[in-house]
Amino acid sequence: MTVTETASEWQKAAYIAGQAADARVNVELETEGMTLNIGPQHPATHGTLRIVVRLDGEQVLWADPVPGYMHRGYEKLCEVRKYPQVTTLINRIDWLSSFANEVPFILAAEELLGVEAPPRAQYIRTILFEMARLANITLFLGDMGAQLGAVTPVFYAFRDREHVLDMIESATGGRFHPNFDRVGGIKDDLPKGWIAEAKDVMERVRVFCDQMDQLLVGNEIFQTRTRGIGVVPSAVALDYGLSGANLRASGVDWDLRRDDPTIPMAWKHADFKVWTHPDGDSFARYWVRLQETRESTKIIDQLLDDLPAGPIMTKVPRIIKIPEGEAYVQTENPLGVMGYYVVSKGDLGPFRVKIRTPSFNNISIAPWILRGVYVPDVITILASLYFILGDIDR
Amino acid sequence: MSLVESGRSPKALTWLLNYGRKRSLWAYQWGLACCAIEMASVYVSPRFDVMRLGVIPFPASARQADLLIISGTVTDKMAPPIRRLYEQMPDPKYVISMGSCANCGGPYWDSYSVTKGVDQIIPVDVYVPGCPPRPEALLEGIVLLQQRIQNEDPAERWRGEPIIVGGGVIS
Repeated sequence: MTVTETASEWQKAAYIAGQAADARVNVELETEGMTLNIGPQHPATHGTLRIVVRLDGEQVLWADPVPGYMHRGYEKLCEVRKYPQVTTLINRIDWLSSFANEVPFILAAEELLGVEAPPRAQYIRTILFEMARLANITLFLGDMGAQLGAVTPVFYAFRDREHVLDMIESATGGRFHPNFDRVGGIKDDLPKGWIAEAKDVMERVRVFCDQMDQLLVGNEIFQTRTRGIGVVPSAVALDYGLSGANLRASGVDWDLRRDDPTIPMAWKHADFKVWTHPDGDSFARYWVRLQETRESTKIIDQLLDDLPAGPIMTKVPRIIKIPEGEAYVQTENPLGVMGYYVVSKGDLGPFRVKIRTPSFNNISIAPWILRGVYVPDVITILASLYFILGDIDR
Repeated sequence: MSLVESGRSPKALTWLLNYGRKRSLWAYQWGLACCAIEMASVYVSPRFDVMRLGVIPFPASARQADLLIISGTVTDKMAPPIRRLYEQMPDPKYVISMGSCANCGGPYWDSYSVTKGVDQIIPVDVYVPGCPPRPEALLEGIVLLQQRIQNEDPAERWRGEPIIVGGGVIS
């Protein structure tokens, strides 16, 4: 018997003994059920999600998310806004990746109007879209450590996120909410010297990813807290309508950036890999997002290299009046698939907008995934599912 | 009534007390919406680093906090918890309303579910305009609040008009 086998035998024995002790205690103490409210104000909920969990001892019997604390009535507000005003609003749905929210709506409006942005605008859109993804996911990569008690990664994440935000700000004028996308193109061209600076920042982000690799992924505590915790099989993930990295972490190879070439964006000109992980646990979700961040930096590098020349705005009327019709456009946003179903009646503003946000579907799996886990793992699983409250409640 | 509360404390003692209070503001982490991320930047980003001003963003409960930063949209569903947690804070307590949403409703001025201004439910000391305000704006708000705390008469708290970062008047 080798050393490692002995160790695993010991671990197994210790585990069985622990389980037996637990069972004994449970029989002797007769633990009483308890209802615990996690939230609506809790650092692990990224805002104001409230989760009501029924506990037996430290095990969750059932969990029920209570959304609505951040409901701002987007779909109703979109009906009373004009098309250029809607982008101001929908910036604030998923506030970490604001630019990525505008793109599907603008694409839907363009589809209805029958125009397409010129190639340079598509490239710049895609670059800014991926930068929004970086700004979003770098925060997750650090924050996940904070939920497990490792504070250092958060500082690193915010340090390098600032550089990405600087690039977005210097191109769009908005640090957080760019409101840069227009029907038919984008507002401005890239400033001078932006491309070289952006490449430096991409290098920084890649270094940040390596640091996270060393700090967290290779960390034993991190692995024991996340491996095998919150496993979502691929069939369940598909049933609940998960999307984005949560779905890819369950082993489903599906990414609209690659799989939907009809989206008029520049992803089809870039060469990138869609990472999946077979495990479907919290660790897989973290790992997939880490790889995704690296791929995003590579996409931006490639697109910056072959940025075409030309106009950034196609010919559209000064006052945009969208003809009657319906369009649904979805893109692969940082959190998952985000889609806008726009119904137009030929007015200055949309008649009805249905917003499909990824976090709402991603969090719908919470009752299933939280059943039977321990209370500390609730925080880990919620952090690894990675939702934004504005994205859930809208 | 103690010496400080009765307003008969010596000036030097008042100065010292106020100095201590302004340099150890415990800010309650209450992330509501977009502004919460800018608030988090102020808290943990090495570029802004609010801790050099003596603001400590680590109280886990409202009962340990001196400063409440309402960062983001206050909805009608969220308003009762805000009021409740504000009441749990021990005196002296200060409130910074960060961002247009918390100030007046912001881009959701005609929404059916948003509280137009957190000052409808709790008193506000500093208004920080912006959507979201830059981290520097929040830092300025904190510095202005600290100046006010330094010049405060401990016997007469809660006097005067609220501060608006960047000037302006409340109409």
